Amino acid sequence: MYRSLSIRQKQIVWAWAFLALPVLFYLVIRFYPTGNAMVISFQNWNLLGDRTWAGLENYQKLWHDAVFWQVFRNTFVYLILGTPISLVLSFLLAYHLDKTRFMHGFLRMLYFLPFMTSAVAMAWVWRWFYQPVPIGLFNNALAEFGIPQIAFLRSTTNALPAILAPAIWAGLGFQIIIFMAGLRAIPQSYYEAARIDGVSNVTQLFEITIPLLKPTIVFLVVFSSIGFLRIFDQVFNMTTGDPGGPLNTTKPLVLMIYQTAFTDFDMGYAAAQTVVLFVILLLVSLLQLYLLRDR
Amino acid sequence: MELTRLKAFATAAVTGTSALFASSAQAVEIEYWQYFFDARVTAMEQLIENFEAANPDITVKMTHFPYADYRTKVAAAIPAGEGPDVVQLFYGWLNDYKAAELIQPLPTDAFPADQIDAEFFPMVAAMREGDAYWALPTAVRSLALFYNERLFDAAGIDGPPDTLDELVELGKMMTKRDGAGNLTQAGFTIGMTAQDHHWWREGLVRQFGGDPYLDDYKTVNYNSEAGAKALEFYVGLGNPEDGIAGFGFMDEPQAAFKAGRAAMHIDGSFRIGSLNKTRGLKWGVTELPATADGLKSNYSSYWVNAITTKAKDEKYDAAVKFMQYVTSDEAMQIWLDVVGELPAKPSVGLTDANASNEVFGPFIRGLENANTTKFVNESAQRQIMVDMVARINLEGASVAEALAEAAAAEQKLLDDFYAAN
Repeated sequence: MYRSLSIRQKQIVWAWAFLALPVLFYLVIRFYPTGNAMVISFQNWNLLGDRTWAGLENYQKLWHDAVFWQVFRNTFVYLILGTPISLVLSFLLAYHLDKTRFMHGFLRMLYFLPFMTSAVAMAWVWRWFYQPVPIGLFNNALAEFGIPQIAFLRSTTNALPAILAPAIWAGLGFQIIIFMAGLRAIPQSYYEAARIDGVSNVTQLFEITIPLLKPTIVFLVVFSSIGFLRIFDQVFNMTTGDPGGPLNTTKPLVLMIYQTAFTDFDMGYAAAQTVVLFVILLLVSLLQLYLLRDR
Repeated sequence: MELTRLKAFATAAVTGTSALFASSAQAVEIEYWQYFFDARVTAMEQLIENFEAANPDITVKMTHFPYADYRTKVAAAIPAGEGPDVVQLFYGWLNDYKAAELIQPLPTDAFPADQIDAEFFPMVAAMREGDAYWALPTAVRSLALFYNERLFDAAGIDGPPDTLDELVELGKMMTKRDGAGNLTQAGFTIGMTAQDHHWWREGLVRQFGGDPYLDDYKTVNYNSEAGAKALEFYVGLGNPEDGIAGFGFMDEPQAAFKAGRAAMHIDGSFRIGSLNKTRGLKWGVTELPATADGLKSNYSSYWVNAITTKAKDEKYDAAVKFMQYVTSDEAMQIWLDVVGELPAKPSVGLTDANASNEVFGPFIRGLENANTTKFVNESAQRQIMVDMVARINLEGASVAEALAEAAAAEQKLLDDFYAAN
């Protein structure tokens, strides 16, 4: 039978033979659990015992859960503050770093270092930075100058920005590298032409650099948006003891999912939250495809 | 001659084989599961060795898992007919395990409920339902007051406090603030995130004349005058102006105590090991402070062993024997010596040697007036206490408001749980 196939058909057979393994892997490791999670979101299950059908109960519970809406807001605050701040900062740094020749490689290494550090270790170090006297680095410095203490993590208003700051800082290195690659990819001839025409640096920036960086910017916006929507390590480690606290003011969606699943053992409810997160991430990704298409 | 030899050989062969069959029918292997904690595994190995020596026809196979995987593994294994015949679980999980039909009640002939009531410390009664016990602990934990001897000496104080008033009084003598009023050394540690939520529920609320729960822990009852007084006292300890402790001081209560920056600290018997490893810390331990008229109240928690629904027939009988051994006086003494957890029976705990032990004594004596909260979700119920205090400290809520809100939230949690189970 194989012999009677055309060369093209044989190629297809071989291609699928080689693809079978990764396809199987994806089906079993990726798609099956995803589908299963969606099914569980319509069920009640506490890990022990049987799963029972719950219909839309978990989603209704979610709709009426005040904590969920607070968490939903927090998640978007992480996104809305985190993405623009980190992008502007990393662009500024990359833009100037690109022009610097002095110890260029060393500086770039310094910027990339936080990105390679374990998020857990980093979160704990920052957690200690934020403590009140006598152990907190920042508050000790304030006390030195007689300035009143700032409650960083033990405050319903300061805690979220305090957690976001190291998260932004840790991600900068990666974004700087991507931005610098994007900057290098812009042909020098455009700048030379602009200089001959006597165009100012600012105009060059806004008329040449930023428009030509659009693919880089779109990629980084989407990438860091997904990162901030899924923020977990920093929050979990900087608020252990009172996870997502104080009074849920720092809790992101992923932490709520984790707690619902593995401390409350309410798998159905956790799965429903996961589906909501999945939909949000899907929308962000579709937006990315849409934005990239118009090029 | 030939024939007799043949006969003898045949007889020998037959009896030999039957003996072989008989012994294999008697040899039972049962499985025991617990989560992995070095000392607990060592202690259990020792118990299994002793048990197998006394019961040569039974072998016990122990399997242990990281704490994080434990529940999932148990849940997956037992319904499939695999896994443990005797399983260890946290007392707060009993309801879940019962509802999921993973465990069965202990037989009343081997474990008569009234006898257990008489022989064990009273808080074990949380495991009783009707005439049967569902599970029993080998060891229990309770709270006590740790104190830093160096700080006591430096302040010229010769002994730890006996009462709540003395706690405040001595605490004040050891509390230090800098020029701006920031705490630099605390007389006491405070924080609902640690063991304080137990101390508040089962200790302070009762000592201020209340009863934190009614109706077998199904009804929240601390939103009362006693509850308000207890909360006011508690929050007052951490008052930034004249308190003896600071919320969030040195990040975590036990860290402040370990670092020698806090003079007194309430914690469980499981902390002893890590304090012993802390270099330069000279510490003592005493019972939780009583009220002025001597009322004491403590909290106790424990891990229990139970027989799973997988154990049937001869395995069930073997599991019962094993349960009897791990809840025996001998097993409890081994557990205390190896793990440092307290015996669940007064007959072992209150021996002269144990009750007057410098380190374990205060914990063991505390068991006599200990209560065990029947949690439906310990971390969620702890979070409610954490939030209650945060509302007062961070949002300026009054004690009454915060208390009412916490009581309503916890009642809802309990109602939801009992409605579903």
